[in-house]
Amino acid sequence: MADLAENFADIAPPLTPDYALLEANKCLFCYDAPCTIACPTHIDVPAFIKKIATGNLRGSARVILEANPFGHSCARACPVEVLCEGACVLNGRDEQPIKIALLQRHATDYVLERKLKLFHVGKATGKKVAVVGAGPAGLACARDLRRWGHAVTVFEAKPQPGGLNTYGIAEYKLKADVALAEVQDILDLGVELKLGVTVDSLEPLLEKYDAVFVGVGLGKTKRLGIPGEDLDGVVDALTFIEHLKTHPYHETRVGKRVLVIGAGNTAIDAVTQAKRLGAEQSTIVYRRGEDDMPCYDYEYELAKRDGCSFRFHAAPKRVLGNGRVEGLEVETAQGHETIPCDMIIVAIGQGPRTDLAWPKDDPRVFVGGDCANGGAEIVNAAAEGVRAAKRIHDMLAVGGGNGR
Amino acid sequence: MADLRTDFAGISSPNPFWLASGPPTNTYGQVAKAFDAGWGGAVWKTIGDPIINVFSRYGSVDLGATRMMGFNNIELISDRPIADNLKEIAEVKRNYPKHAIIASLMVESKREAWHAIVKQTQDTGADGIELNFGCPHGMSERGMGSAVGQVPDYTCQIVEWVKEVATIPVIVKLTPNVTDVTYIARAAVQGGADALSLINTINSIVSVDLGSFAPAPSVGGKSSHGGYCGPAVKPIALHLVSAVAKDPQVTIPISGIGGISTWRDAAEFVALGAGSLQVCTAVMHYGFRIVEDLMDGLVNWMDERGHSSLADVRGRALPNVAKWEELDLNYHLLARIDQDKCIKCELCWTACEDGAHQAIRRLPRDNGGPVVEIIEEACVGCNLCALVCPVQGCITMEPVRNNLPPTSWKDYIAGKGKLAARSAQFHTADWASSRK
Repeated sequence: MADLAENFADIAPPLTPDYALLEANKCLFCYDAPCTIACPTHIDVPAFIKKIATGNLRGSARVILEANPFGHSCARACPVEVLCEGACVLNGRDEQPIKIALLQRHATDYVLERKLKLFHVGKATGKKVAVVGAGPAGLACARDLRRWGHAVTVFEAKPQPGGLNTYGIAEYKLKADVALAEVQDILDLGVELKLGVTVDSLEPLLEKYDAVFVGVGLGKTKRLGIPGEDLDGVVDALTFIEHLKTHPYHETRVGKRVLVIGAGNTAIDAVTQAKRLGAEQSTIVYRRGEDDMPCYDYEYELAKRDGCSFRFHAAPKRVLGNGRVEGLEVETAQGHETIPCDMIIVAIGQGPRTDLAWPKDDPRVFVGGDCANGGAEIVNAAAEGVRAAKRIHDMLAVGGGNGR
Repeated sequence: MADLRTDFAGISSPNPFWLASGPPTNTYGQVAKAFDAGWGGAVWKTIGDPIINVFSRYGSVDLGATRMMGFNNIELISDRPIADNLKEIAEVKRNYPKHAIIASLMVESKREAWHAIVKQTQDTGADGIELNFGCPHGMSERGMGSAVGQVPDYTCQIVEWVKEVATIPVIVKLTPNVTDVTYIARAAVQGGADALSLINTINSIVSVDLGSFAPAPSVGGKSSHGGYCGPAVKPIALHLVSAVAKDPQVTIPISGIGGISTWRDAAEFVALGAGSLQVCTAVMHYGFRIVEDLMDGLVNWMDERGHSSLADVRGRALPNVAKWEELDLNYHLLARIDQDKCIKCELCWTACEDGAHQAIRRLPRDNGGPVVEIIEEACVGCNLCALVCPVQGCITMEPVRNNLPPTSWKDYIAGKGKLAARSAQFHTADWASSRK
């Protein structure tokens, strides 16, 4: 058990105070900083880092969370290599970029651990907004709406809020308790949360509320569309990861020889976590080549470091087995081949939501997050939620005399 | 290889690096270890009637994550019996005959007291005496240290008393806590001093604890102003050394002190006239071992430049320390940005725009090309952009040719010389409105 806990320990442990001070002082404090431009929520990165350097951690966290209500989880799960850190000017001096994510974690951990309340509820406006989906988009939207005094009710189908932050981020990046603590901070602003409620139509909500924000994420993992995919031992990646994140580690079943079909970032999350759970072999099976993999380069590197294997140019044709999965037949340039396995994880992306429709032209309906952008990062969802909150606020203020 | 051997006012040492009087020179054990490490000399921690020290004695100023950019202390002179100190000085001299050993002295301002301590000190075989007229804290409240060094007449008087009995060179250590250090230097010369050393520490309060509101170093919640030193004071020391070295009435050697931490610092002090160099804070930070690079770096630099001895370097920068009114008003510079080196941090832009002459233009980042460019007609060649730029050699200051002869302010107001056309100034009304 100890080993499993170690396998799922933070992949990027927090900075010590001394390291944080050293790193913060390395920041050049650029003007019109490329890191800030690169961040979808445009966190004023040099400003928050400067505040760490001066010992103003509370102020630092305020700068981060003002721009991004999910600053805690983004510090752990953001693809910073292609965002802020990738844009750091120190790359241009052929140096390592500033450790922006870890500094962001240093500041946000400080307020989360101390339960410091940085934001406050605005004066009640009498306006009511419904938010469908308690993921990063919906809750980011809810946070700012509460700050401006609007009543917010969030409807969530799952038993816990947080969306993929709680259920879907690789365990070694972000644990559910941290995700839930971050969510609680937002709920503490007086957000009404209705869990276990599936919304299948917006009409009743539009009757009762002044505006509706839809942040319901994507639908289920797509099906392979090949024979045998319903055999026992074939599981979709999100179900696999959700089980891992909501149960003691030893309760998630993993095969000895695991195949993960797909090569996106979720596929990497699945193949690495299967390996970390104890799979002897954990292998990506991908129909195209190494250079075509949609995952980030550093995620590919992580999977290689974890000892995962890769089969490129191998298109799945049939799942073999007698009741339970025993192998995967793939088509390669050399012909058909069977790869023996005892577990297959399907990670070929999620389809759109088919269980809820929302009008595209109703000025009182706003959309954000994966269901609007087709599937992106936490930071994109947070950015869209924050932007939607502003648009909702502007709309509600019309005739209401509640301009900022 | 360059020769570092030093003769300072008749005191010889294998190299110019002496430990300054202070905590590192309190005992035989320390000084012997320092000589073994390579130090050329040591000024013993000030000897006088033993004092009682407080607990918590040092405070410091960090710069970002760098420790001890500035340092201060409220420690007094030696707390050891005079006899113990003198015995150990004699022992060091016996065991390290080629090294310079100088006794720093401070006693009450009475002729007999000074005569007695000087005679006792000479019996040890010490190479010289340094009169501590500089400590700004504690001892000054008792009429010693900087209380003497701040009054030219007192300085002169005590030097005269010392010289009545001294048979070895007498160095007078000057305090920077005066309006014009040259007056004190002249008084020491008048009293018969053989050499000067400067600077002693600067009056300071290094910080206040924002929890307890106690200044540092805190002695049970209270503190006293202390002597400031370390890298932060080097520029002040360089100026005061140069001021004394340039004074026509000061003809005796000068030992440079104040923030020397590297061979570069040392070379700069020598270039401004120092004959020997004293180091304390850097040793308190990193230990005696730093002398290795002090010597190695200095020798490598001298060899590269073809200087065979310190005498070749000494005072070489002094003629270049001029009065402002002598500077050439026709020497014009223009900042140049090497766009291939630019990393697009825009620090030059924000510094120039808000802090200087608004002579840099921003260009849109999404063009993919340069993001900053110099507005040549507005640049006054002030250096600020080059100083803030984090990339070596990216921004350079290049001379702008004009065919006019050098013309100083002195020439100009005397009606001599002609001024070259100058850059537009940000504060002219036309310029300001043209930026709209």
